[in-house]
Amino acid sequence: MDVYPRILSRIWGVPGSHTLAVAEQHGAYNAARKALAMSPAEVTDVVLKSGLRGRGGAGFPTGRKWTFVPPPEKRGGKPVYLLCNADESEPGTFKDRFCMWNDPHQLIEGMIIASHALGVRRAYIYLRGEFEYVQRRLDEALAEAYAKGYLGENIFGSGFSFDLYTHLGAGAYICGEETALISSIEGYKGQPRLKPPFPAVKGVWESPTIVNNVETLAAVPWIIENGWEAYKAIGTEQSPGTKLFSCSGHIMKPGVYEIPLGTPMMDLLNKWCGGLRPGRTLKAIIPGGSSVPVMTPAEVAQANMDYESINKVAGSYLGSGGFIVMDDTTDMVDALTNLLRFYAHESCGQCTPCREGSAWMYNILCRLRDGLATEDDLVALRDLADNIHSRTICFFGASAAMPVQSFVTKFRDEFVARVESARAGLPAGLAVAK
Amino acid sequence: MSHDQKSIHLRDMHGLTVQGPVEWTEEEKAEIAAIVAKYPTQRSAIMPVLWKAQRKWGWLQFEVLKLVAATLSLKPSEVMEVATFYTMFKKEPTGKYLIQACHTLSCALLGADRVIRHIETKLQLDEHGNSPDGKFTLMRVECLAACGSGPMMQINDDFYELLTEQKVDEILDAMAADRPLPVPRPEVDQWTYTPVS
Ligand SMILES: Cc1cc2nc3c(=O)[nH]c(=O)nc-3n(C[C@H](O)[C@H](O)[C@H](O)COP(=O)(O)O)c2cc1C
Ligand code: SF4
Ligand code: FES
Repeated sequence: MDVYPRILSRIWGVPGSHTLAVAEQHGAYNAARKALAMSPAEVTDVVLKSGLRGRGGAGFPTGRKWTFVPPPEKRGGKPVYLLCNADESEPGTFKDRFCMWNDPHQLIEGMIIASHALGVRRAYIYLRGEFEYVQRRLDEALAEAYAKGYLGENIFGSGFSFDLYTHLGAGAYICGEETALISSIEGYKGQPRLKPPFPAVKGVWESPTIVNNVETLAAVPWIIENGWEAYKAIGTEQSPGTKLFSCSGHIMKPGVYEIPLGTPMMDLLNKWCGGLRPGRTLKAIIPGGSSVPVMTPAEVAQANMDYESINKVAGSYLGSGGFIVMDDTTDMVDALTNLLRFYAHESCGQCTPCREGSAWMYNILCRLRDGLATEDDLVALRDLADNIHSRTICFFGASAAMPVQSFVTKFRDEFVARVESARAGLPAGLAVAK
Repeated sequence: MSHDQKSIHLRDMHGLTVQGPVEWTEEEKAEIAAIVAKYPTQRSAIMPVLWKAQRKWGWLQFEVLKLVAATLSLKPSEVMEVATFYTMFKKEPTGKYLIQACHTLSCALLGADRVIRHIETKLQLDEHGNSPDGKFTLMRVECLAACGSGPMMQINDDFYELLTEQKVDEILDAMAADRPLPVPRPEVDQWTYTPVS
């Protein structure tokens, strides 16, 4: 297999990699020492120049986001907060769990560096409720870091003081959306808020707030230690660096793989994921978590794993990097119905197009799955999906619509066949897995 | 969205109550003060304190919600609003072992439905997902971020992954006899899996 730089998964698999002693043998906290000797502006500049992009889904340039925090004289005396998004709830995504489980000190170090750059005194890691056991491991790592003086007052004698806490959610997908996460940590229902104001200007507790994904923050120490040029040299011009891909579905070796952005999708499938099960052919891949448009085998053959290529080739997105592979045993009507149950269940209910639209799309798909739908239902399904986009508070509505639009367009035959077999009174199709 | 509000009143009407007095010990009060100190507002401590209450009493009876409200100088309705929004806060008692089985796409592709049906039959669950002896409760839940090692389930705080019918039998038989197997943690120490099917 190709030799490639491991940045995020550098010490995964080393026994005891989650302990401070082992992490330090592998250079943990050297980057934090280096960063605290630099000015905040210098740190931000390195991250900006590295081209690091947010790994939570949107791919927004991290350094640029950091520059949106108003300067001290325009903050009205308010502190700046950093929130690490460890809600990891996009179906098909399970990489952040591995980052935190295998190398919690990398995340802590990234947050120290980011907080120095942003002038943050207190930061929080927001974990989904089911990650209670991950929280325990993080809390142990935090305690070790506090005991050594890497957190708390006057870190490394630099004069910089910083506190870091974990905060546990309680089962609501929508809390991964950054403004919902903010509502949640404030002690309210996890419902998204209208933007603007953007969190960088007015976020948690009415203060300037930066929300970054676990993987984004975990990449920062390496960039500081090795320089932005080294990071930029990996990947593609517009999508530099490496990314973790959570690979699941009908493959021989599911798991989390760190590869340079720009790697051909077929390589990820065949070299890292071990290819399909014997005797099977590829039907579809969802490349970036359940919310992004599905891709056909022809598109998969042409695309590379970076933000631009996936969009250009298939109108889809790299998203969170949840790579879901479906072989020829998959019934696409069943698969889409499964996904829409998720969206109908998880809509927070504030916006009518999202709340009603996701429920109706799910209802129609159930009818289709059960062999009770007509052509009109297919039209209605499409119509509902097309009328959610940009009519909602947050992007969840569009996330429910995109799978519908792409499945129904790219695998139209299967949907039509289901309607026709219903008309002919034939039994409904296969189950997702037999 | 949660529609559980009704069940709180129903349960209370049916006279179901948590075990033991609904009050904090002095030690717990000190721990709560430490939680509150982590945040700039008292209100932010709602979720951690609700978790603490749920660990102590098993579920969140209305009396418990009122105690949490009083502890944080909030109105009961403010705490209730939060408790009902988040699905992991239990508004009614469940079995000693709460099984949350994932049925989202990646797990479904690998046979989650088959595994879940096996659990239902094995434990003779009723339509609410409870076993006859009340020891087990099953919920079908959406993706728990273990998609590469599906089918998977969470029992109480722990993940059980790469499930087969046989593996489910081993885990549940042990729990039925109240000698839970050691938590299968190594599964997350590795990051590639050999799937079961
Ligand atoms: C419906 C919805 C769910 C989201 N879920 C997550 C999530 O689970 N984890 C995450 O990091 N970002 C999630 N995001 C993206 C966040 O809103 C935010 O953009 C991200 O955390 C920013 O971090 P980044 O710039 O480092 O990517 C979600 C967005 C939406 C619209
Ligand atoms: S789009 Fe959906 S999830 Fe987002 S705020 Fe509106 S109802 Fe809630
Ligand atoms: S789909 Fe089951 S854990 Fe993600």
